[in-house]
Amino acid sequence: MAGGARAPGGHAMSLPELQFGEVFANIDLLLKACGLTLALWAIALAAGLGGGLLLGLARIAQRRWIAWPARAFVETFRNTPVLVQLIWFYYALPVVTGIQLPAFAAAALALSLNACAYCAEIYRGGIQAVPTGQWEAGRALGMGRLRLLRRIVLPLAVRRMVPAFTNRAVELAKNTSVASIVTVHELMYTARLFSSQNYLPLETFTVVAVIYFVLIYPFTLASYALERRFAASGA
Amino acid sequence: MSEDVVLRVADLHKSFGPNEVLKGIDLEVRRGERIAILGSSGSGKSTLLRCLNVLEMPSKGRLFLDGAAIGTQRPDGGTRYREAELNALRARVGMVFQQFNLFPHMTALENVMEGQVSVLSRKKAEARALALKHLAQVGLADKADAYPARLSGGQQQRVAIARALAMDPEVLLFDEPTSSLDPELVGEVLGVIRDLSESGRTMLLVTHELGFAYHFATRVLFLHEGAILEDGPPEQVLKSPREERTRRFLDRFTAFRI
Ligand SMILES: Nc1ncnc2c1ncn2[C@@H]1O[C@H](COP(=O)(O)OP(=O)(O)O)[C@@H](O)[C@H]1O
Ligand SMILES: [Mg+2]
Repeated sequence: MAGGARAPGGHAMSLPELQFGEVFANIDLLLKACGLTLALWAIALAAGLGGGLLLGLARIAQRRWIAWPARAFVETFRNTPVLVQLIWFYYALPVVTGIQLPAFAAAALALSLNACAYCAEIYRGGIQAVPTGQWEAGRALGMGRLRLLRRIVLPLAVRRMVPAFTNRAVELAKNTSVASIVTVHELMYTARLFSSQNYLPLETFTVVAVIYFVLIYPFTLASYALERRFAASGA
Repeated sequence: MSEDVVLRVADLHKSFGPNEVLKGIDLEVRRGERIAILGSSGSGKSTLLRCLNVLEMPSKGRLFLDGAAIGTQRPDGGTRYREAELNALRARVGMVFQQFNLFPHMTALENVMEGQVSVLSRKKAEARALALKHLAQVGLADKADAYPARLSGGQQQRVAIARALAMDPEVLLFDEPTSSLDPELVGEVLGVIRDLSESGRTMLLVTHELGFAYHFATRVLFLHEGAILEDGPPEQVLKSPREERTRRFLDRFTAFRI
């Protein structure tokens, strides 16, 4: 470890002298990189929540020619590492299709499709957990399938899905760091670059962890507030 | 076919896999009739009711509402139903469930408004006024803003009745509306249904409350193993049934008397 250079002698347990000052002096580099991290997160989360719903509905469709491809998609993206997915989109896609995506687009696409697969499963589980009596009550009033989904089933399902979505969103925020592999200059890439130039990995990555925490935690708090609001409304 | 027949089924069959639950039901429901449906558990009462608003697809047979056949005949003799047609039918044939099935994320008022707004396209203000009227009718004007979780079973079922009434259905189906209620709450729900009978609305009621059936119904059916075994005025079916099986069924209810 590079830090060993500045921890001469002493006994084995002692920490190296930490030099956070150096990191803070260049904090603007890291903070600027947050923009891309947040952009990747927002894009993938929006895609997951939107595309995941369609994919989740396709998963529970009666017609097999809709349900099976949806299932194949979900299983592919859930059961392979997101890192490998990213590498496919960046390195393999041009070979297969001749389309070379920019690094950011490849990362956004891989993270989005990955989020879709996970969110689809959350939607599927949430929708299937709504008691059949709710469907029947809506149908008995003459409501069509789409209206029933929108007015009854999804509002009920979403209430139960909030914790699972929060979990996924938090996971996703951290997963954006894989984009550093294909040279997207987001937070993790910038941190790696900085730490290798200054030999301050411990300080740099500790600061980076704090930045991730500060980005993600307000989101978690918001989702707790949402849960409480739903709980208060009785359902 | 006489003009005052509002709902008719002809040779209605329903199977679940190999299990034939309804074995050819012919039934004409006249406007204003109140029909109590009796029968042992598993005799097909719920299935019959659910076929009448096509919550269950009949396996065979036709359904007529106001003389118009529902669905179109296929060359192979089956019937094809279109989603839009079924939705329109269900809006005209209301249903009250044993388990109430209120929408838990909506207040009592919103429950009663939902179908009016999203199916009948009534204006919000109009739907609200009608909903309040129907909630008052079932004695729950003061619970309009309560969520179902805050209501007793009896109150929930009364909201469910108001929800069905608000659609102004031509026929109202009740599937054991008091069977999941504590005994002391049964009376308030039956009271509401009795009050409705004075409005002349056509109703079919599956129930095990024989006393109520006797006073409420203009006609009583006894269902046995998926067929109508007895069909007549309450006086006749409940007091001097023709069939031995009907008698045995009724005897079980009177076996323990104070
Ligand atoms: N959705 C279903 N799938 C399979 N079997 C069913 C279904 N609904 C009802 N049945 C069967 O149909 C028979 C009649 O049920 P039901 O109409 O509920 O009777 P009842 O209401 O008179 O008690 C029962 O044997 C029941 O198991
Ligand atoms: Mg039943």
